[in-house]
Amino acid sequence: MDITGLVPLLIVLGAIGIPFLVYLALGLGEAVLSLCPPGPQRAMRPWLWLLLPLGLVALILIYPVIVTVATSFQDARAESWIGAANYRWAFSGAMLDVIGNNILWLVIFPVVTLVLALIAAVLFDKVSYEPLAMTIVILPTAISFTAGAVIWTQMYSFQPAGSPQLGTFNAVLQVFGLGPVPWLIQPVVNTLALIFVAVWLQIGIAVLILSSAIKNVGTEMIEAARLDGAGEWRIFFSMILPNILPSVLVVLTTMIIAALKVFDIVYVMTNGNFGTDVIANRLYYELFAANNLGHASAIAVILLISALPVALINIIQFRTEVRP
Amino acid sequence: MSKTARQSAVPLSSHGFIGLAADRVRGRGHLRWLVHAVVLLFVLFWFVPILALLLSSLRPQAETAASGWWMALPRPAFTATNYMLAFDQLRVAGSLGTSLAIAIPTTVLVILLSVIGAYALVRMNFAGRTAISLLLVALLVTPPQITLVPLLRLYNLVGLSGTIPGIWLYQVGFTLPFGVFLLRGFIASIPQELFESARLDGASELRIFRSIVLPLSRPIMASLGIMAFLWSWNDLLIPLLFMGGSSLPPPITVNLAGLVAQTTQGQGPLMAATFLSVLVPLVLVLSLQRHFVRGILGGAVKG
Amino acid sequence: MTSVAIRALRKSYGTIPVIRDVSIDIEDGEFVVLVGPSGCGKSTLLRMIAGLETVSDGEICMGSRVINDVAAKDRDIAMVFQSYALYPHMTVAENMAFSLRLKGIARAERDRRIAKVGELLGLGALLKRYPRQLSGGQRQRVAMGRAIVRDPQVFLFDEPLSNLDAKLRVEMRSEIKALQHRLKITTIYVTHDQIEAMTMADRIVVMRDGRVEQCDTPLDLYDRPANMFVAAFIGSPAMNFLHGMVEKRNSGCSFMSCDGIELPLPPGAGQLEGRPVVYGIRPEHFGLGGAGSLQARIRLVEPTGSETMVFLRLGETEVVGLFRERIAAREGETIPIRPDPSRIHLFDPDSGRRLI
Repeated sequence: MDITGLVPLLIVLGAIGIPFLVYLALGLGEAVLSLCPPGPQRAMRPWLWLLLPLGLVALILIYPVIVTVATSFQDARAESWIGAANYRWAFSGAMLDVIGNNILWLVIFPVVTLVLALIAAVLFDKVSYEPLAMTIVILPTAISFTAGAVIWTQMYSFQPAGSPQLGTFNAVLQVFGLGPVPWLIQPVVNTLALIFVAVWLQIGIAVLILSSAIKNVGTEMIEAARLDGAGEWRIFFSMILPNILPSVLVVLTTMIIAALKVFDIVYVMTNGNFGTDVIANRLYYELFAANNLGHASAIAVILLISALPVALINIIQFRTEVRP
Repeated sequence: MSKTARQSAVPLSSHGFIGLAADRVRGRGHLRWLVHAVVLLFVLFWFVPILALLLSSLRPQAETAASGWWMALPRPAFTATNYMLAFDQLRVAGSLGTSLAIAIPTTVLVILLSVIGAYALVRMNFAGRTAISLLLVALLVTPPQITLVPLLRLYNLVGLSGTIPGIWLYQVGFTLPFGVFLLRGFIASIPQELFESARLDGASELRIFRSIVLPLSRPIMASLGIMAFLWSWNDLLIPLLFMGGSSLPPPITVNLAGLVAQTTQGQGPLMAATFLSVLVPLVLVLSLQRHFVRGILGGAVKG
Repeated sequence: MTSVAIRALRKSYGTIPVIRDVSIDIEDGEFVVLVGPSGCGKSTLLRMIAGLETVSDGEICMGSRVINDVAAKDRDIAMVFQSYALYPHMTVAENMAFSLRLKGIARAERDRRIAKVGELLGLGALLKRYPRQLSGGQRQRVAMGRAIVRDPQVFLFDEPLSNLDAKLRVEMRSEIKALQHRLKITTIYVTHDQIEAMTMADRIVVMRDGRVEQCDTPLDLYDRPANMFVAAFIGSPAMNFLHGMVEKRNSGCSFMSCDGIELPLPPGAGQLEGRPVVYGIRPEHFGLGGAGSLQARIRLVEPTGSETMVFLRLGETEVVGLFRERIAAREGETIPIRPDPSRIHLFDPDSGRRLI
């Protein structure tokens, strides 16, 4: 197929044609509704409007969740029920290492991101070129994990000791007379190296959230504290930090979810080799290489369950917000 | 990129962090220099990888094989060969086209359906409204992996696999909970009297949507649009899984992921292709930074 | 233009009634003001007429047509909101044109009508501006212009002046009244400000707790309040109330308060002899000195220049007097005051209903 002709066609179809149809469908629905008496009309209207959005969400998110949970108790071809065997597999043997890596991601990625973002947000607030600094830190958030992985593969590039280092990090080590580190090969170091790529890509979000929270802390309160003789450390720990805790929580939950889902970086940079595999990448393998739907589903359910506490926190937060 | 929780605050004021210049570094001299030093180091560190990418994509093959990208600074020698190779041999143009054909409709549809859903959810009274809102909040953090097994089978069954509309469908459905949530708070902050006034002026529900809701929600729709575009453009997993078996060039992320594995073309063209892939989102975020910031904060910050 | 009739109207939110059995007949071209304390249901009633709230029971009619089930957009009613509710993304002219466009009125006709209304309200120079570029008073005018340009059957106003400063409020009050007289469109106006009600209305509907307490012309309302609530609500400063009995005296009947103050009654009060009553007198209906004066102790004097308000103690009861005269006396001194017996009101202490 000739893509050059197809692209504009697809764009026109998807960005103009379908929206037009959606609008037309709404108009048609409204026209039908207007024939009804006002009571039923009021009762039915929300469902008319929610039909498409909710229908899509049901199709793409709700229905698959239910089916996946069921499949996780079935065999590789999703044909017969085999009880919890897939979960026993998921928590044994090589899978334990994979889960261990995920735990590493779940702990280190949010914490490192949070700490670095706090430092950046607090210090950026104190310099006059903050907008520029902020812009640069935001830039990587626009970049795909895939491109980030390519960029950092080069940053981490390793040549045996003695030969000239082409990777930025090993070149810096060489300048200081240190031996090169095989960043992406040496176990544990490589997982940390991958985690840092995610930090580089995602920190902009955290800095933005924290920075905006810090600016919302009343300057009067801080000035009063300063007049009371509080130093900058004191002000940060007793004034700013307690006041931005909700935002800290948001950053942490956001990053935890990102860590759970992480796939692209591992897939592109190591494809799970050298002991860097994570659940999401393993799922891809089970799905395509091993063709084991039961295993893949069980892994997916484990991911979902890990995300549940965050969902719960969000729901609680949301309820308190909506009810003033 | 990860999707963040929480419904939008009142429309955020136009400046996120931009435009505050007062209240700068105070304190003693050496402390001030320390602050500057740390900030500059931080910024430099965050910028270097992008600079490395750009320079690597411009260096001739021979240079790249012999020395690191930083040598382009003292010994500038640039060439466009890598870009030509990327276009000729790596199908980059086709990939960018596919990515656009995925991302633009996805963005428009996410915006439209999110406004429709958010408007109904915020402005209409009905039993089950809270339940739906809570369900959407819960779905905000659903990992995409949970959906793959059933949807791959479904797509194969109905012939959507390997098609671009199939990707639209998935990405729109997956992004909708976030979209509805981003818009919710904004639409809730439009005064009720405007809608009532329009109704008394003789406007139908659809007319109110077109003449009041859509124009007033433009800023937040722009924010959602940028984020939806970025997610769609940057997505690897979904096209990787659902575009299999298509005769179309793979979207740029899938293309890049494949190129990393095979080193036959050398670093240069890969870097050129990568730079081209990040160019669109970078330009978008730089030129519409205000909306992007509002989207991130509106989708996340509360408290 | 049309008459509006409200018959046995009820509205409740769940089990909480907000409108209980309201009936009002509004004539074609009449200016009716709904007034009452906040929470009395006046705004709800207005919104029901507009079609923004559903009717639980009863009927709303325009002309001879029952409009309970007619959608707001089809009622041909224009409303001015307290917040003005101008469309912020449209210019003044576009704000006014919106309803005309929806009605399918041609461009030329639209422009003609907008220009005319713009001139009428002095908005001519502002037509190209956006609401955010206007002052509060200008926005208020645009909101009115948007209603007028439609030439609707009925105008509704929901506290349209409460966001303006005091001076502008007084100006707009008379301007709205003059406009209404000129356009002769049936108007229903909600306010909590009894002075606004008195000065503007052809007829006032006083509401409390979802009921109509009284519906009358402003002066009838002032002169013959149907009950103590209306008596207290209309008029500023508020009417004084004293509790006591009607008792026979040598010359006829007098009011004897609980704390032994004797006050004069009009001739017709004889029929109430021996009954407990509430004696109501407006501050402005006290005279100074003369035969039968009572000595009242002054607690506070508030001169306004044209009048003097005096807070007094009559026996155990605090009363307020309002005098055209300047009062030289100071706090703690006494002055002789005398109620005008022809202007007093007697109410039943249990029901609050007017007796005389």
